[in-house]
Amino acid sequence: MLEAFLFVGYPYAALVLAVVVGILRFTWRPFSYSSLSSQFLENKQLFWGSGLWHWGILWVLAGHFVAFLVPDWILAWNAKPLRLYLLEASGLIMALLALMGIISLMVRRATSPRVKAVTTVMDWVLLAFLLLQVYTGIDTALRYRWGSSWYASNAVPYLRSLLMLSPKPEFIRPLPWMAKVHLLSGLSVILLLPFSRLVHVLVVPIWYYWRKPQVVIWNRRGLR
Amino acid sequence: MDIRSQVAMVFHLDKCIGCHTCSIACKNVWTDRKGADYMWWNNVETKPGTGYPTKWEDQAEYKGGWVVKDGQLQLRLTGKGKFLQKIFYQPDLPTMDEYYEPWTYRYEDLFTGPELDDQPTAIPVSKVTGEYIDIEAGPNWDDDLSGTPLYARNDPNLAALSEEQRLQLLSIETLVMFYLPRICNHCANPACVAACPSGALYKRGEDGIVLVNQNVCRGWRYCVSACPYKKVFYNWNTGKSEKCLLCYPRVETGQAPACFHSCVGRIRYMGVLLYDADKIEAAGLRPDSELVTAHRGLLADPDDPAVIESARKNGVTEQVLKAARNSPVYKFVKDWGLALAPHPEFRTFPSLFYVPALGPVTYAVENGVALNPSSVDEIFAPLEQARLPMEYLASLFGAGQEAPIRYAMKKMMAIRTFKRAQTVGDVEMKVALEGLREADCTPEEAESIYRLTSLCTFEERFVIPASHREQAVEVLTNPLEQKGAAGFGFREQPVRGL
Ligand code: HEM
Repeated sequence: MLEAFLFVGYPYAALVLAVVVGILRFTWRPFSYSSLSSQFLENKQLFWGSGLWHWGILWVLAGHFVAFLVPDWILAWNAKPLRLYLLEASGLIMALLALMGIISLMVRRATSPRVKAVTTVMDWVLLAFLLLQVYTGIDTALRYRWGSSWYASNAVPYLRSLLMLSPKPEFIRPLPWMAKVHLLSGLSVILLLPFSRLVHVLVVPIWYYWRKPQVVIWNRRGLR
Repeated sequence: MDIRSQVAMVFHLDKCIGCHTCSIACKNVWTDRKGADYMWWNNVETKPGTGYPTKWEDQAEYKGGWVVKDGQLQLRLTGKGKFLQKIFYQPDLPTMDEYYEPWTYRYEDLFTGPELDDQPTAIPVSKVTGEYIDIEAGPNWDDDLSGTPLYARNDPNLAALSEEQRLQLLSIETLVMFYLPRICNHCANPACVAACPSGALYKRGEDGIVLVNQNVCRGWRYCVSACPYKKVFYNWNTGKSEKCLLCYPRVETGQAPACFHSCVGRIRYMGVLLYDADKIEAAGLRPDSELVTAHRGLLADPDDPAVIESARKNGVTEQVLKAARNSPVYKFVKDWGLALAPHPEFRTFPSLFYVPALGPVTYAVENGVALNPSSVDEIFAPLEQARLPMEYLASLFGAGQEAPIRYAMKKMMAIRTFKRAQTVGDVEMKVALEGLREADCTPEEAESIYRLTSLCTFEERFVIPASHREQAVEVLTNPLEQKGAAGFGFREQPVRGL
């Protein structure tokens, strides 16, 4: 019962809300989509905080994503110990960078008077969940070897089963409780996505690569 | 040929008295809001000085504007290849300390403070944090403080001067200063637009006004760094960038913007310029020494039939074409060669031009009696000995070239002398006419310049065609939809997102 609620009901609720609310917010409240940068108010601590956090977390996320797409490759790669160590070590380093980054961001938010002035409760909720997420990830990696392998062998089939609409929570039954907390807090971050500043991830401006440098809009020609 | 129309501006610095009325008019209309309180879409600087934000002209620090690299026109700040590197943290962004921290006073303390031996005072508190603030800088903190080590000495333009000239500008007996009112230049080749990763900034095709779409802006802040004039501002409360919108609701109905309308010295002119958008890139690739000419070459003659035909093809209306033929800006910039764009070497091709201020008038005096000047050069000090070195003005308005500055200064001095010969009569007319000829000016032209400089009416200064938005896209949408709305064009309050 608890399993069905936590690992079937909750993921679907989080995903559906994230998509629906994200789209609604984008169409009805486009003004509220922003990175809400606070660099203008404080830029020394942010250099370390934002830099470490984003570079770290984006590589870690990229790793999760690749393994989600091609779990067999990861398992094949991990078959040789040296390659396994390499993967685990680089993942861990990136995660540690992200951890240092998020802690630095939290210290900054708590100490800089100007940044405090633009901080909302949601900012703290989000930062807390992200910290929990990174911490549980690192803890699992250190205590239960080898995460990259059983993520590919157990967690990925479970995640895929969710997306295929035939959820199979039994895949993750053998995983340690810390890994389950990691999964749940990850789902919570997805849930928070449309309700927090995290929406900036949805509007990363990759279109810049394809557009002409100058943007000219003609009223009379009825463009836009 | 791709002729477009642009509402363009001239600020006549010789008439600016530095009263800041323009700044106040703008502040009251547009930026008296939380998060925008530190912004001055219009500000007035004392030059030589560091300006607002501090040393905005120093692109080694802020990386604004365009550069020619590998034979191509590129943003100094960013580009397709490298914009993601700077997105998490932008190393070139000016922070609030480079502007100033806005503050107010705790006035209620005056009424509610406890009874003491001394008068109660209203302490200054930050508008960001609400805490006590030790004020270190304000919006026009440099006002009239040219000559001081803190401001004049740190003016980036002083790099063009010799040590001797610099010392002269720093000593109280010989220093000289003038005012530089600044707004967004609504450039023909805006760096802010090209730098915005989200495509939120755009130039309006019909009148060339550059705006930020508040619904598309995501606060990546590239525009703030890329604008070499630092005229795009980050609203720290809403997380969006904002800028001068040239009071477009007024301009669309043929009225001058608030800062123009309120200008006490009547230094501001607004009119239409036609320009050839096809030529922008080639003009931007010219070396510094040719930029003033290249910029003027972009501006098209409104009487040329080929220009008119291309403009019509772009939907430029007859009203606008008529305004272009009557444009005070075209006269100052093209016909007369008196007005110059600020820092042409940033290669954005501003639509705002400045008529440089004449230096202090010096009379030859002997035994306390003013002598009759015998040539144009003697009513003013010769340009070589001008108290404001030509090198300084060349750095500000000529991309280092003195020739266009000298041309403008000489002409203005010749006209003054000519008018003096006419009205005061202590200059011989023959000498005055000779001076005009040397300055490439006819008596008729001198009269027109005199008229548009000194006697100009409202209608002569502001030749703004109404843009007839009622015929534009609004007819396709319900005009009452926006009724009761204010500000950015949507009905929701511009509140900070979560
Ligand atoms: C390529 C993708 C991303 C881009 C371009 C991006 C960009 C940004 C920017 C510009 C800021 C504002 C920093 C400032 O204050 O100036 C920011 C803040 C933030 N980002 Fe990202 N981000 C990305 C991905 C992510 C991801 C994947 C996460 C988390 C899973 C994340 C979490 C955050 C958080 C929590 C903040 C707030 C930091 C603070 O406390 O000030 N970002 N991001």
